[in-house]
Amino acid sequence: MVIDLNLLLPEIFTGLLGVGLLVLFFLWRGEGVVRAIGYLAAVGLAVAAVLAYGTVALDTSTLQGTWLADPLAGYFKVVFLLSGVMVALLSLSYLERLGESLAEFFILLVFLTLSMMVVISAGDLITLYLALEFQVITFAIMIGYRRREGAATEAALKYILLNAFSSAILLFGLSLLFGLSGTVDISGIAAAVSAGSPQPALYLAVIFVLAGLAFKVSLVPFHMWTPDVYQGAPTPITGFLAAGSKAAGFALLIRLFLTIFAPVSTVWTTVFVVLSVLTIILGNFVAVPQTNMKRLLAYASVGSAGYMIMGLIAADVTGVEGVLFYAFMNVLAILGAFGVAVVFANATGRDDIEAYAGLSKRSPLLALVMLLSTLSIAGIPGLAGFVAKFVIFWAIIDKGLVALALLGVVMSIVAVFYFLRIAKVMYVFEPKEETPIRVAPAARIVLVASMVLTLVLGIYPAPLLDLAREVALAVLR
Amino acid sequence: MIEYAWLIPLLPLVSFALIVFVTGRNRLLSAGISIAAIAASFVIAAGVGLEFLHNPETVEYGLPWVDVLGLRVEMGVLLDGISVLMLLIVTFIATLIQIYSLGYMHEDPGFSRYYSYMSLFAFSMLGLVVATNFLQLYIFFELVGLASYLLIGFWYEKHSAAEAAKKAFVTTRAGDFGLLLGILILFSLFGTFDFTELADRIAGFDNIPLLTLLTVLIFLGPVGKSAQVPLHVWLPDAMEGPTPVSALIHAATMVAAGVYLVARTYFLFANAPVALTVVAWVGGITALFAATIATAQDDIKRVLAYSTISQLGYMMLALGVGGFTASMFHLTTHAFFKALLFLGAGSVIIGLHHKQNIWEMGGLYKKMPITTVTFLVGSLALAGLFPFAGFWSKDSIFAVALEHGQVALYWLAVAAAFLTAFYTFRLFFVAFMGRPRSDHHAVESPPSMTGVLVILALFAIGVGFIGSPFIKEGFGHFIYFGKPHVEHLHMNIALTSTAVTLAGITLAWLVYSVRVTSFETLSVALKPAYLLLKNKYYIDEIYRWVGERVVEGFGFVLQWFDRTIIDGVVNGTGTLTEAIGRRLRVVHTGDLQTYALVILSGVALLFAILALVDPVKVLKLGGIL
Repeated sequence: MVIDLNLLLPEIFTGLLGVGLLVLFFLWRGEGVVRAIGYLAAVGLAVAAVLAYGTVALDTSTLQGTWLADPLAGYFKVVFLLSGVMVALLSLSYLERLGESLAEFFILLVFLTLSMMVVISAGDLITLYLALEFQVITFAIMIGYRRREGAATEAALKYILLNAFSSAILLFGLSLLFGLSGTVDISGIAAAVSAGSPQPALYLAVIFVLAGLAFKVSLVPFHMWTPDVYQGAPTPITGFLAAGSKAAGFALLIRLFLTIFAPVSTVWTTVFVVLSVLTIILGNFVAVPQTNMKRLLAYASVGSAGYMIMGLIAADVTGVEGVLFYAFMNVLAILGAFGVAVVFANATGRDDIEAYAGLSKRSPLLALVMLLSTLSIAGIPGLAGFVAKFVIFWAIIDKGLVALALLGVVMSIVAVFYFLRIAKVMYVFEPKEETPIRVAPAARIVLVASMVLTLVLGIYPAPLLDLAREVALAVLR
Repeated sequence: MIEYAWLIPLLPLVSFALIVFVTGRNRLLSAGISIAAIAASFVIAAGVGLEFLHNPETVEYGLPWVDVLGLRVEMGVLLDGISVLMLLIVTFIATLIQIYSLGYMHEDPGFSRYYSYMSLFAFSMLGLVVATNFLQLYIFFELVGLASYLLIGFWYEKHSAAEAAKKAFVTTRAGDFGLLLGILILFSLFGTFDFTELADRIAGFDNIPLLTLLTVLIFLGPVGKSAQVPLHVWLPDAMEGPTPVSALIHAATMVAAGVYLVARTYFLFANAPVALTVVAWVGGITALFAATIATAQDDIKRVLAYSTISQLGYMMLALGVGGFTASMFHLTTHAFFKALLFLGAGSVIIGLHHKQNIWEMGGLYKKMPITTVTFLVGSLALAGLFPFAGFWSKDSIFAVALEHGQVALYWLAVAAAFLTAFYTFRLFFVAFMGRPRSDHHAVESPPSMTGVLVILALFAIGVGFIGSPFIKEGFGHFIYFGKPHVEHLHMNIALTSTAVTLAGITLAWLVYSVRVTSFETLSVALKPAYLLLKNKYYIDEIYRWVGERVVEGFGFVLQWFDRTIIDGVVNGTGTLTEAIGRRLRVVHTGDLQTYALVILSGVALLFAILALVDPVKVLKLGGIL
């Protein structure tokens, strides 16, 4: 058996990066080690992102089909690594204030990113499930990183218990798939499913797999953990959950539902429509009365999942293209918004929206990034979020689901409602304190980059849309 | 060079960004960057022009801007006769005017800001010229409007300037609204924005009512931008901006954008004869109407502004009667001599320390010889006397009108030509000749200004020859719609127009220079007519009355509707949203067991949905479980 290691290059590099940083951490316990490891992690992940971008054009597999190197995997690896870089840079300033600043935070972050990369490249159900567990456990450690704080430990415990619960459901679905086809290989299962006639056990598998993954991407009613965990986790990790983990979930949804379950798409699209309706309504409405910034963003991010799932409902090239674009844009907007929350909480120690009063006077940059990021999530024209929603709406209108698109638009208006309220707090209200807020260089890079990219992709989305379209074409071939 | 043509609009954009973000503090550096950028654009445009002369072929390339779902929009460069011509005119005149501005604006505190706006304008105008499709055209059409707004209101601390800027923006927007509607209907009809594709697809659509409608709607954009009646009211007020701005934007280039738009989309108009007739008559009426007003204005720049409106009317008239080449030719010659006249007026205004009333000037020929001579050249070109530039282009418009049997429009144009000669020389005799009419101490302007005047004067004399019948493969060989245009000598037309022009000049000379009858007696004898013209037919007053009575009355009703009904609904929605939010939030207890239960119920829900899809399937599931 010949193993083409080139296909694993981004993962090998990322793995070595994690191990290397671990060794460095053991050898050098001096002053400034955390800072050095943080920057090394960010730079390393950025290099890995470049390597991963090189694999987007590939469409092959190795290790007897266990490892897929296709455009879908390549695209999402870039998304994960990009969020990894941004989270690492944001964490640099976050950990300083935490006091017990330890470099293992960054090492865990590198492995966490690696776990997501393995999830999307997994070519069989065993690898897939193991990678998912790898991801969950690492996330749990990071969510409960502030182990002396009650909220953090509670969040971590909730995350791990509920994940175990949903994983069990997912595993049940996966085992049914194995039972139906006699193989764990994804392409093998797909072949068996499309060859045989649809049977009840397959529908059972559809529901269980869907329920398991709906938990990961926080579709209503599987979203209950989201606000609690988002609020309790360290803010950069919350951002990673909302950007990276959500993207990973959708990558899997695309992988499984548009390949294995494609022959029974009439069944699951109806289920998806219901989930989508519930998610956009609940996510957006419950965001309105929130008084805590992280909780509000958590609900907004629940709402986002409801829009992304619409692209899967369309189940065509345009729909998938929209989901891919959305995943990328979401990384920028969510990490921009959470980035502001990180910097703000560092300076003031507060997360409540009231504290943001007069932010534009204390730090114009923070206020502007928060404004543009949230408006991008809401889908205001001229920003990347508009393009994402536009493509997805177009795709489902093309399928005749005009009412769903209309509901999506109406719920976007609700989103504008609560986001503009934040804008009002930041720009109109008088600040209670006048002290300017200093933005550390690392965080500044993230904030400015996310803002610029959000604007650029809003005005000139063609390059990313073209890439997304090619990936979508490869998925649906 | 053609492959670098995309740099022509882009260089001014770079200069704009540099001035705004980097060099704003340094006045001279900002001006230097701006001039260097536009000069470089001119050099590239000249290279493109030379290549085009050797090989007159349409070239098109672009970058995909939006490419989703069957909607493909490009940002591109389309190079054919008219776009190459416009690139040359715009870059050349913009370069000259930016150099001229060094002297004109050098004491202004907003010097850097001025150059950044000028660069923004150049970028927008050039982007408009090379547009390959309606969407790109529309975006840049709006951008030039923005640049124009910023420059008219350049001295924003002056109330009248701020008001004029607002008026220009709002008035042209009214036209742009029609343009946008037209473009949308066009897209729904043809499914593309691209000019080349549209020109191919138009066959078979000729003369259907929808095409006529959308073409007339599209024409509304040019009516606003090129200040045609009845949307002409903004242009005279736009003279509140700095004079070089008036010369560049409100005489030579931007106001011609409307004419250019009609020419660019001529394939639509050619297939909609009704729309073409509308264009011809709007142009003809504007030409005469504005010329009559110009005879009674006292502000040097306002005379020129009405003259510009009138000349733009000529260009529209030419397009309307099928004179594509004649229209573009007049656009070209007009750009040079009108820029010259405005810059000459600017030189006078600076020389007289911001006096603009011609009745306070007089006798300038002694103090400002270069300005006077060049202004005379410009006046002769505008009046259209042989062999100055205006003569050739105006005669080719007359010829085209007669050739197509539009006798009424022909005589309309001839009447306007008489008035043009009259008001131009009224201005010249009153402002430059005779004795000083007030206690002024005029001084000649610096070389950076007079030098530009001389260059433009040479063009105002010579540029007409490129379209004269003496040159075999002249203007019409490169700029045409359908088949190349060959200019013939029309002796009777040439004689008529020369006679009319001389008559106009002579009348002005008799009244304002020799004073056979004094101007005062005339204005008393013709009081009603004089007042009507002096007050510009009371158009502004009519608009104001309509605005106050009708619009505000309607607004009052709408306000009531908005306050009670709409606000009620909006506030209600807000309250409802919050109420729903609070209700839904209660579900969130934070209790782990509840969450697990909800997840399990969720799974049950999914099965329930599946059951709704097809009960038989669920029954079968029951068998398995």
